[in-house]
Amino acid sequence: MLYVDKYRPKALEQFQLHSDVADNLRKLVVNGDCPHTLFYGPPGAGKKTLILALLREIYGPGVEKLKVECKPWKIKLPSSSIDLEFTTISSAYHVEMNPSDVGNRDRYVVQEIIKEMAKSRPIGTDGQRSFKVLVLNEVDQLSKEAQHSLRRTMEKYSAACRLVLCGNNVSKVIDPVRSRCLCIRVAAPSLAQVEEQVQAVAAHERLTLPVPLAKRLAAASERNLRRALLSLEACKVAQYPFAEDQEVAAPDWELYIREIAADVMLEQTPKRLFLARGKLYELLTNCIPPEVVLRRLAVELMRKLDDELRHSTAEDAAMYEHRLQEGQKAIFHLEAFLARFMSNYKQYIISLGA
Amino acid sequence: MAHQPWVEKYRPRSIGEVAHQEEVVQTLQHALSSGNLPHLLFYGPPGTGKTTSALAIVRQLFGPELCKARVLELNASDERGIGVVRDKIKNFAANSVGQGVAGYPCPPFKVIILDEADSMTGDAQNALRRTMETYSRVTRFVFICNYVSRIIEPLASRCAKFRFKPLQGDVINERINHICAGAAGGGCRHILDVSGSVPPSAAQGLLAAARSPQFARVQAAVTDLIADGYPAQEILLQLQAALLQDAGAADSAKGKILVRLSEADKSLVDGSDEFLQLLGAASYAQRVLAGQA
Repeated sequence: MLYVDKYRPKALEQFQLHSDVADNLRKLVVNGDCPHTLFYGPPGAGKKTLILALLREIYGPGVEKLKVECKPWKIKLPSSSIDLEFTTISSAYHVEMNPSDVGNRDRYVVQEIIKEMAKSRPIGTDGQRSFKVLVLNEVDQLSKEAQHSLRRTMEKYSAACRLVLCGNNVSKVIDPVRSRCLCIRVAAPSLAQVEEQVQAVAAHERLTLPVPLAKRLAAASERNLRRALLSLEACKVAQYPFAEDQEVAAPDWELYIREIAADVMLEQTPKRLFLARGKLYELLTNCIPPEVVLRRLAVELMRKLDDELRHSTAEDAAMYEHRLQEGQKAIFHLEAFLARFMSNYKQYIISLGA
Repeated sequence: MAHQPWVEKYRPRSIGEVAHQEEVVQTLQHALSSGNLPHLLFYGPPGTGKTTSALAIVRQLFGPELCKARVLELNASDERGIGVVRDKIKNFAANSVGQGVAGYPCPPFKVIILDEADSMTGDAQNALRRTMETYSRVTRFVFICNYVSRIIEPLASRCAKFRFKPLQGDVINERINHICAGAAGGGCRHILDVSGSVPPSAAQGLLAAARSPQFARVQAAVTDLIADGYPAQEILLQLQAALLQDAGAADSAKGKILVRLSEADKSLVDGSDEFLQLLGAASYAQRVLAGQA
């Protein structure tokens, strides 16, 4: 078992991070009731862990008996019918799913499947709770139509069903859905907290973790606890006992982007741009989301620049990322960003020489 | 129904109980007592009582039993493409009305409630135009939406429009106290305390960073705000408030920055990355405050 799963707190009382949020959640469900909730925050902050613990608080350890189902759905529309493959993870009390998986047909999932699930009353509740919980992951990735479809479902069937929504970017969740939920912000742990947790896990595993390495693990994780724990495990596989100056390996795609950034700073020519395009394509075909590529690229470029160029890079990145969201083909905008950067960089170098 | 959430449990059942929308309530009550109803269009921000009012009206008109036969409620959770408008809505609209029940006004028409009508396509709305007129003798429509501009003009002009005002703090307080009294004692306070707003100090910190000459401070401030999980749109809002109250900046500088903040907000609505948008806006603000743009 991976450390991240092994040391995941199971009950709300066990939370060391977010203990205030966990306390509030406990008070919230103490009467056996629970409103619709929306958990949001950056990845690796603990949203999912809190949700699972909340479910356990409501239903007891029974929710941990999970079964994964992937079944085909046939959705009848007035004019046609649609076939969907759709995976759910469920226990006797709750169903967890990721409706944005089906892409632009997510609206039908919400309108048909979720509504169907929400309508039916829970069975075999042994008199405990009269409602079931639907956990919807990555709700910020849902299309606007799908989110609108959720609105009335959330009200109409609330007697038999509560929704728990989970997402990173709350700006992408429409206002009417947000106002129907108790919104719970899950902040990423601070660097000190990450370090503390990494040390705690190491102690449980009877590993001696040198302080400088723990600090670097925390710094490299960018306040993402999951990433820190995975890196810890990777480091252990690479070399144990730990050395103080041991390298914390970054993911391949990040190194690759660092490479692109170094390339375009080395030489600003159409030839370089062409090479960079090949590398960008490589990233995209490996399913790295284009906005992640652009964000990382901007951060890597800004690392080594003068403030003047950092300003223009940051503002260009914002503009091209917006276009990327509006447009169809990501590669155009990524490449345009690099070309714009090259041009700015070259002009700046020339102006320094003059 | 023991475990009904409070928003449902304390949803007003009659139009008179709807809080803070005096003009709307008065007009609708008048319509109720006369037993006649025009086509209606309710619009306003979420949570102001639009759906509640619509449901309360039909309830008072027909009573809980007849409601099922006389009212068709369609919202965005139902498929509402042009096909549905042509078949389902038209069929329901064309049906003749049956006998009323005693104790309720039961005027001789049916009501079709189209909730969240702003998410209907233009085609579907267009298909409704003629239906509304043809069957207006036996059917009334109630449209509910957040943005009246998303309802096509021909439909809007056929309806009596009602704007629902955002609720003020004291009205909300009063309603909460009312609910607390009904819910047997306090206990609810801590639930209602949890709100998702950004502390003003966060935006102040970002503004202070933008005043400093180092870009690195801006970047660090933005990185932290995003890692803390604050919604970028809320931060922009706080930043705007902080900037407006700021005595140190020239008006022209404020104007430039505000324009950029609005652009960033628009980008966020379009689904852009929070970190990049916030960083772009803050970077621009830093340049403007330093007199470089």
